[in-house]
Amino acid sequence: MAADSRKMVVVTLLVIAFLSYSSYIYYRLPVNKYAVDPNAEDGKMVWQKYNCNACHQIYGLGGYLGPDLTNIYSLKGADYIKPLVNFGPRTMPAFHLSDIELKDLIAYLKSVDASGKSDPRTFTIHSNGTIAQ
Amino acid sequence: MEPLHNKHFSTAKLFVLTGLLLLSVGMIFGLGAAAQYILPNFLKQQLSFEKMRPLHVSAVVFWIIVAAMGSVFTYLQQYNGKKLRFPLLAKVQFMIFLITIIFILISYCFGEFGGREYWEFHPFLAMPIAVGWILFLINFIASLGTLKKQPVYVWMWLTGIVFFLFTFLESYLWLLPYFRNNIINDMTVQWKSYGSMVGTWNMLIYGSSIFLMEKISGNKEAGRSPMAFVLYFTGFTNLLFNWGHHIYTLPTHQYIQYVSYAISMTELFIFGRIIYTWRTTISNAQRHFHIMSFRMLAAADFWVFLNLVQAIVMSIPAINVYTHGTHFTVAHTMGTTIGINTFLLLSFAFDMLHDSDVQMKPSAFVLIRFGFWITNISLLVFWLSLIFAGIAKAHWQMSAERTAFNTMMEQLRPYFDTVLNAGIVMIVGFLLMLYPLVKNLFKAYLRTED
Repeated sequence: MAADSRKMVVVTLLVIAFLSYSSYIYYRLPVNKYAVDPNAEDGKMVWQKYNCNACHQIYGLGGYLGPDLTNIYSLKGADYIKPLVNFGPRTMPAFHLSDIELKDLIAYLKSVDASGKSDPRTFTIHSNGTIAQ
Repeated sequence: MEPLHNKHFSTAKLFVLTGLLLLSVGMIFGLGAAAQYILPNFLKQQLSFEKMRPLHVSAVVFWIIVAAMGSVFTYLQQYNGKKLRFPLLAKVQFMIFLITIIFILISYCFGEFGGREYWEFHPFLAMPIAVGWILFLINFIASLGTLKKQPVYVWMWLTGIVFFLFTFLESYLWLLPYFRNNIINDMTVQWKSYGSMVGTWNMLIYGSSIFLMEKISGNKEAGRSPMAFVLYFTGFTNLLFNWGHHIYTLPTHQYIQYVSYAISMTELFIFGRIIYTWRTTISNAQRHFHIMSFRMLAAADFWVFLNLVQAIVMSIPAINVYTHGTHFTVAHTMGTTIGINTFLLLSFAFDMLHDSDVQMKPSAFVLIRFGFWITNISLLVFWLSLIFAGIAKAHWQMSAERTAFNTMMEQLRPYFDTVLNAGIVMIVGFLLMLYPLVKNLFKAYLRTED
């Protein structure tokens, strides 16, 4: 019985810690000041509608078949991206997006680009094993 | 509740049989996706990669979840010595999952996506899954009765069921503009939920494996020992707080990195424990290796060791910055889902068959033994190829002067060729095991009722 109580105490403490941690993250999201671009919001939905994530990564998360697109906007520009999306090189299918969808997708990639750098070469590695950009 | 009888596992067997079917389907789509790495025009018009990948991922994720639910239902009844409190509810839960999974796989073929990692289906289809899971929770709690004086696997099952529901709902917070409107906020919450969710289904599966080990060894105290609970609390803490290793390179709160790094290092304790009990593990393996379900447990043990080493290495931010976004991570995903989860779930399926009154033919045992070794050896080649591909990509992404992405992918081609070939052999190995297993388990199912 006493052992059960101790287990319950440990579980309760862990759950309280987890809920507090989660609530804190929800309440104080990492970025709290940003301009909402309606085109970029719609572009995010275009990204998800065509499941771009299956092949491409944002900040190294997503598929492995295509390149990471976090900073594609500043590296290559909109004129480079548009024909690739609509004609589909190699394994990538030709998506034939409408003009509005394409404009929104570019706006989304522009907003992702503005959020930070994904290039691992830009990180500083500390001797205690942590990293910082 | 009625007293338990062997005939009382029909719904649990349906879960496991459906899971085995999903595993077969998932392997075929996985092979298709691997082929598209090598042959860019392979099924490009019909099932291009953005369809093939979710078909593979969802089929295998549902194999793990559905079969895990079947194992929990089976072992909960065996542990209690009574049938489920609400057998009809379990049937309803099964039908909800079956119909939803069919809709999900069909929707991918038609290019209908929600477009999120893991759960790439339309958010509308998440609702029946959440409802089905709530039925699972209700049935589990009603059948269990009390948490007093329960062994560790009961705690693990309950933890897995409750926190899966939490993390599943959390993964849909992106539907709210507050979470969705900034990519960093969105990805932080998304990977918070996913990182923990994997831990929740592992709780279900590892809980069942401890029950099965007790059952095979006859030692009923293993699941009640203080060490079992220390390991459970270590695992639970990691489930709750170590998810940050997925997003070390995301420009999010820095403290998420520190918390995750510190918590992940507690896995060294689990690692040390595995080394400490190594001799006992080997001796047990020699003693029980003739039992099919134990053979699968032994394979999973080997893969736990390899993948835990890899997980600890990847949890160090200074190393993660190299391996993140490379096939090193894919190797870990494949090693854990195939090497650990799949072998553990197969051990439960073989145990269910062993408990039934269906006798496998001697030729079936030969096929299974042969398939077992083929699968493990080819999985090792598959896993190592992905690791080497990951190291090569890590070298490329850290190079001062990178070549073009396509050039790098061409240089990785020998590794992808090996992955595809090892994958084909692995599927043959699995099918050699699955064919007699499914055939006989289906016979066993026809002789049962709820």
